[in-house]
Amino acid sequence: MGDRPAMNADAIGRAVGRMAREIVERAGRDAGSLAVVGIRRGGVHLAERLRAEIGRAVGTPPPLGTLDIALYRDDLAERGRAPVLGPTDIPFPVQGRTIVLVDDVLYTGRTVRAALDELVDFGRPRRVWLAVLVDRGGRELPIAADFAGATVAAAEGEDVLVRLVEGGAAEDVVVVRRRAP
Amino acid sequence: MSETIFIEGGRVIDPQSGLDGVRTVVIRDGRIAEVGERVERPREARLVDGRGKWVTPGFLDLHVHLREPGQEYKETVQSGARAAVAGGFTAVCAMANTLPPNDNATVTELVLARAAAAGLARVYPVGCVSRGQKGEELAEYGELKAAGCVALSDDGRPVQNPALMRRALEYARVFGLTLAVHEEDPHLAGRWSMNEGPVATRLGLKGYPAQAEEVMVLRDLALADLTGGRLHLQHVSTAGSVRAVREAKRRGLPVTAEATPHHLTLSDEEVARSGYDTDFKMNPPLRGEADVRAVREGLADGTLDCIATDHAPHAVEEKQLEFDAALNGIIGLETAFAACLELVRQGVLSERRLVEAFTGAPARCFGLQGGTLVRGAPADVAVLDPGLEWTCDPAALHSRSRNTPWKGRRLVGRCTHTLVDGRLVHQLGGGR
Amino acid sequence: MIGRHRHCIALEDFSREEIVEVLDLALSMKEVLRRPLKKVPTLRGKSVVNLFFESSTRTRSSFEIAAKVLSADALNWTATGSSVSKGETLLDTARNLEAMRPDVIVVRHASSGAPAFLARHVKCSVVSAGDGAHEHPSQGLLDCFTIRERLGSLSGRTVAIVGDISHSRVARSDLHALQKLGAKVRVCGPPTMIPQGIERLGAEVFHELEKAVAGADAVVMLRIQHERIGDPLIPGTREYSRLWGLNARKAAEWLKPECLILHPGPINRGVELSSDVADGPRSVILDQVENGVAVRMAILYLLAGAGATTEGAPAEKATA
Repeated sequence: MGDRPAMNADAIGRAVGRMAREIVERAGRDAGSLAVVGIRRGGVHLAERLRAEIGRAVGTPPPLGTLDIALYRDDLAERGRAPVLGPTDIPFPVQGRTIVLVDDVLYTGRTVRAALDELVDFGRPRRVWLAVLVDRGGRELPIAADFAGATVAAAEGEDVLVRLVEGGAAEDVVVVRRRAP
Repeated sequence: MSETIFIEGGRVIDPQSGLDGVRTVVIRDGRIAEVGERVERPREARLVDGRGKWVTPGFLDLHVHLREPGQEYKETVQSGARAAVAGGFTAVCAMANTLPPNDNATVTELVLARAAAAGLARVYPVGCVSRGQKGEELAEYGELKAAGCVALSDDGRPVQNPALMRRALEYARVFGLTLAVHEEDPHLAGRWSMNEGPVATRLGLKGYPAQAEEVMVLRDLALADLTGGRLHLQHVSTAGSVRAVREAKRRGLPVTAEATPHHLTLSDEEVARSGYDTDFKMNPPLRGEADVRAVREGLADGTLDCIATDHAPHAVEEKQLEFDAALNGIIGLETAFAACLELVRQGVLSERRLVEAFTGAPARCFGLQGGTLVRGAPADVAVLDPGLEWTCDPAALHSRSRNTPWKGRRLVGRCTHTLVDGRLVHQLGGGR
Repeated sequence: MIGRHRHCIALEDFSREEIVEVLDLALSMKEVLRRPLKKVPTLRGKSVVNLFFESSTRTRSSFEIAAKVLSADALNWTATGSSVSKGETLLDTARNLEAMRPDVIVVRHASSGAPAFLARHVKCSVVSAGDGAHEHPSQGLLDCFTIRERLGSLSGRTVAIVGDISHSRVARSDLHALQKLGAKVRVCGPPTMIPQGIERLGAEVFHELEKAVAGADAVVMLRIQHERIGDPLIPGTREYSRLWGLNARKAAEWLKPECLILHPGPINRGVELSSDVADGPRSVILDQVENGVAVRMAILYLLAGAGATTEGAPAEKATA
């Protein structure tokens, strides 16, 4: 298949734990106003894990939300069919909170931009932090991760894929795959 | 121009004289001079090669709408007569629902004058049953007959009032005129746009039940019985109507009837299949499968005497509308032969019966000359290639209008030559 | 596109999968309607024209709201009459509209087949908001959505449709959609209101209301038109109401406790539905209204939410 492994299960576990500690530390006394929102679909399970880790650190897990950005994409004009839309669920007021936006891979930054646009339509958060498992560079917009698990180099014709056991993988792994020509 | 013409090598089918075989047809001075097996052809005679083709009496169409006077944008006597000869028809009967309607000598004479000027198919005018086709008073049948009308019809509409219908049948007797009737009970039919049935239900269109035609057929058969008048039922489309005519003929009633090529070959499914295409909208509407079967059987066994096209031209802006707003009617002169030849191919009709339904039978229904190739008869002849494949391109037809359901279809069978009074008035590929 | 369809004109032409795609999408759209800010930028810059030849406040407003929530521009064009009455033909109206480059035309017309006619002559997508007695696809979809939302699945369910079936486009759309989703459909009304051959479309015909609703999981009550000049199908609304109308007593005695009551609106209170039933616990009529916006958002999103119908759009790979 030609997949190049970039992170194994151990590395992923350590990265998530480290990010959670960093988030709690930066939040300081505001840790009670944290909320975790996963960007569908890659960020959903990671958001669950981060939330659990943060919960272990502070005592109670922060509220969890899910965001589907299909309605906020900036590339609809170029697509042949309307993208499949999944559920968005923000079951807490956004106002005044510290939102940790979670995705698996940060690449061009367009997904995060769409997620930010959608998030602020729910209310005005106090601040938004971006947490990603993998930063692969290649930004097309001025977006930066506040917390990143690892940096992985990948060429333009390659995809960085995060596979987690919650999603049906045999074990957690991050791979770099050459896209078919 | 009365040249001598030899049509050689063709299969002559003339049911009236019982002829079906390869013969040479000789035309001289505008008449049939001879129909024989081996006739020597003089050098100066014109040759028409009939090999592989049928040679028949010119077709007669008892039911066409030529739209002149008053609606020349749809068709004129000239363009209609041109379309007729292109389809192998040497004589057509022009319906009276023109503007103004043909209830007087002036309109009749106009139609005849236009036909003479065109010099193509014979045009026999049909006069109104009622003044202005209003269904209230009788028109002047004596005047109409003297002017040249060969039959009477309020077609387009039914004659609603049975008392008027009775008097019309009685009064017409003295002039020997047949009443050609459009049978549709307007109350039962309502504001319909297609046949009532499962297809109309699916499409959400208001339907015209078959019985709305049948009740009028039964009524007029009873009135024909009462009056001894001559009745001809136009565009019979339902099984119930066919049954009624069959039973009436069995009782000895001198009634005649016609069927259209579309009612013989298309069903109401076409409206659904075509996606509400208004070229499948006419009056009476295309019916269900059982009705189509009954009409075919009726033509085959002689219950329905002849084929008539009900050629009804309409302009594009009258058809390119929502289905229920579009006018009823389709053209049919140039596609009739190919459409009905299908019935022969499917074993519904014999070739002989098909030709008879286009020639001798219609002539008998209205008491017209023609429909036969007997020696001395006027040389109205059609030469048809039963195997010729062609695609129906509405823009290439001779009619002024384009409303045909056969548009774009591959058809088999076409008229290649038509002669009226011994003049070659149509030749396929010969321009004009 | 909804599956292979560029237009949304007749549920008869839709496959089960295509219908389910719309219903599943409508679920997500309903969530958007519950947000504090009921607006997403998805169809920004797209235009939806409501071309209504029959007056209708509710359906037109529903489509208008659906378009606006998706940030599309909504334009209302109310034309009266048909090609026959006066002014422009349907074709000319459509061509004039198209010159303004809309992305979607939503059309309601009194003539069955009018949206199909329009679709043949315009380049944009056409959504039918009801044509004659033919179909009202978004209503059929929202009725299915409403029942599915409450009962979980339509497979094996029994739904009764009561009223003037012969003139009802809602009945036909419901019939097609419900069957494709696995439900059994009954139609009920006086014989004059049951069209010929409806059994061929899969419906079971009833003339007695009690039998029709016995064991039904949902009942769709149709509006009865007070007058039908020239062709009266019933002696009047009084007798109709007594025999085919639903009131509290009949509902209590004849309907399953969990049976849902639907109505496409507007209700003739006291005729086909009494007020206490229309406002009662089984009624999901108001849900239908909310779901209608969600379903219409889903339709607009699928038909206009991509560049497929515009010419010369550059193809670019999807980016993360």
